[in-house]
Amino acid sequence: MDFGLNEQQEMMQTMARDFLTGEYSDKVLKAMVKDEKGFTPELWKKMVGMNLMGLSLPEKYGGVGDFLDLTVVLEEMGRVCFLGPFFSTVVLGASAIMEAGSDEQKQKFLHGIAEGKIIMTLALTEPSAKYTADAIQVRAKPQGNDYIISGTKVFVTDANVADYIICAARTGEAKDPQGGITLFIVDINTPGITCKLLKTIAGDKQCEVAFDNVKVSRDNVLGEMGKGWPYIEKVLQRANAARCAEMVGMAEQVLKMTLDYAKERAAFGHPIGAFQSIQHRCADMLIDVDGSRFATYQAAWRINEGLEAGREVAIAKAWVSQACRRVMNSAHQVHGAIGFSEDHILHFYTKRARAYEFSFGGVDFQLEKLAEHYV
Amino acid sequence: MDFTFSPEEEAFRKQVAGFLEKEVPAEYREKRLTFFDMSAQHDWIKVHRAMAEKLGEKGWLSMHWPREYGGQDVSPFYRLILREELSRYHSPGYDSIGCGIVAPAILLKGSDEQKKRHLPGIASGKVMWCETLSEPNHGSDLAAIEVFAKEEADCFIVNGQKIWTTNGHFADWNALIVRTDRAASPNYRGLTFFLVDMKTPGITVNPIINMAGHHEFNEVFFEDVHIPKENIIGGLNKGWYVVMSLLDYERTTDTAYAVAGTYIEDLAEYAKQNNLLDSVTKNRLAQLVAECEVARLHHYRVTWMQSKGMVPNTESAMSKMCGFECLQHVAEFGMELAGQYSQLADGSARVPMFGRIPSIYLRSFGHSLEQGTSEIDRDVIAQRGLGLPRLR
Repeated sequence: MDFGLNEQQEMMQTMARDFLTGEYSDKVLKAMVKDEKGFTPELWKKMVGMNLMGLSLPEKYGGVGDFLDLTVVLEEMGRVCFLGPFFSTVVLGASAIMEAGSDEQKQKFLHGIAEGKIIMTLALTEPSAKYTADAIQVRAKPQGNDYIISGTKVFVTDANVADYIICAARTGEAKDPQGGITLFIVDINTPGITCKLLKTIAGDKQCEVAFDNVKVSRDNVLGEMGKGWPYIEKVLQRANAARCAEMVGMAEQVLKMTLDYAKERAAFGHPIGAFQSIQHRCADMLIDVDGSRFATYQAAWRINEGLEAGREVAIAKAWVSQACRRVMNSAHQVHGAIGFSEDHILHFYTKRARAYEFSFGGVDFQLEKLAEHYV
Repeated sequence: MDFTFSPEEEAFRKQVAGFLEKEVPAEYREKRLTFFDMSAQHDWIKVHRAMAEKLGEKGWLSMHWPREYGGQDVSPFYRLILREELSRYHSPGYDSIGCGIVAPAILLKGSDEQKKRHLPGIASGKVMWCETLSEPNHGSDLAAIEVFAKEEADCFIVNGQKIWTTNGHFADWNALIVRTDRAASPNYRGLTFFLVDMKTPGITVNPIINMAGHHEFNEVFFEDVHIPKENIIGGLNKGWYVVMSLLDYERTTDTAYAVAGTYIEDLAEYAKQNNLLDSVTKNRLAQLVAECEVARLHHYRVTWMQSKGMVPNTESAMSKMCGFECLQHVAEFGMELAGQYSQLADGSARVPMFGRIPSIYLRSFGHSLEQGTSEIDRDVIAQRGLGLPRLR
């Protein structure tokens, strides 16, 4: 048992923290939330320069570090409430290619990602907004050497800036809804794709992507035909653990903000942080932050070791989501009216935490998955 | 980072499990008694002592102590594994006051002579302990205690009353904190920590029955009780520092998450057998599983810190609160799950699970009070952990 970070992880943490503190001020965050793309090419270039895009990818494809290193960096990104297609590309896109890709596909896409030349995302959810296999209704029909994809995907993150979308589509009917699903790598510029940016409360970039008879060559099938669901489950595990890491970072930062405020703001002749009602809220926030971090790293560690992680990921996502809600709620209460204002940075964290909670399966979904392990 | 036990630790777990499989009284396993409510069994003290001696013979009660005091210098995770398995097998025999609190305090603050005198008894499971901290007028505000020890030539003479003394009715020895300087300012600088033989003349123990009907704690009266000076731990008027480090250990000794985990499994089984396993129940069980897992990780973090020679403080408070509050939540859920049947006590017709459900529930009211209330825990976390100012 070891709860500590190793030297390399500590180095990654310091590097990421220094970089993000310097580059991602509250002002930048506010601008990025309003910005249509949610990131700037200048910042992206700097991140490429720091090798962040290759995190957790195999070395032979230009990668560096492992999934735990990536987790450490995502936690730091959470601290600044980072926006931009990093998660979509490195966690969603790269994971899918790593899980299911041929060597040729890995050469092309993983190298492209590591070099910062390719932005990718995963189109999974449909209007039902569910993360179960039966919810995948977008169809792909064979036509000569191609497949024709039709249907609509929703809540696709960063599709508005992506070069490629990995689309999960139904290619066959099977009794078990998990059968007959295939993954396709689709160039965003293929005729028939329409991408509409949804207007979200958190300002994160989620899109509706409509496929109208989109022609995709057989070469762009990712993994085995009709056997896409197990890949998706693996990607979802990584995605959920990674989301948890971001939420942990967000909760840490919000606790820090709250403590700073409680120590400085005075009422009745004392800093409000001296009052037990405030102190106990803050104590509970720390318990939630630490517990969330343990649950997250346990899940990430198991994924990194190649161990079965379904139970631990479900626990982490269910718990961290709820803990994050409690932390945000308490932060607002301690901040009083100032935290309720649009000017203050706090609500950006509150809103994003909800968005992340829902992504890749909310609390009830995770609990249902967890129950499968027990009853 | 590593979230598994070492192969040696896993082997130890198997060894413990194999032993308990044979040694735990059938009735305790059949009734699936928990550490917190098995004291209600009529033969508990006898069984508890016998089991403690068996664990002592194995050397398991002192494994993580230094070799020179009879330990094997292994990591504190061995103690944790032992307690997890004791929970899983519904076994008595772990004197959490002697092994969990007094021994670490003696190891940390005791003289060489005191270590040699007291540690072997704890390691063997033959000498059991209680601690007398609270008084009728002072609980959470421990620094204000009034029971006084007057200094004589070769001893101190204690007079006064202590209360909420767990296991005081059968303990052999007692860890006592009393006032030795009434003028000290601040008041905690006038406290001294003593080890007291419970057979010393002048000590009277009266039972207090808790709301679950169990006899765990007592009131203890001291009437001209002579304590030799060599029984002071940590120095005259320096008892507060012993208590503070002792509480850090006390908050980590009971693995409440492990009790909660076993009970969740029992409740899932009960739900299954009684056709209560609908989607709402499944969801709530899973929620408790998640909470229990996080409490477990809090506890592992503290044990990991101890294994690295760090002294957990706020971390202990967090871990204790999470474990105990989780157990309270599971206990409450048990009542809801069993509904009307949850009100039936052991011995009643139609009682499910030998009355465990109300027994665990009623006992759980104490969990946010014992070993420092949850309010004191939150104070510790906020002030010592987060640096929030004290109100003066």
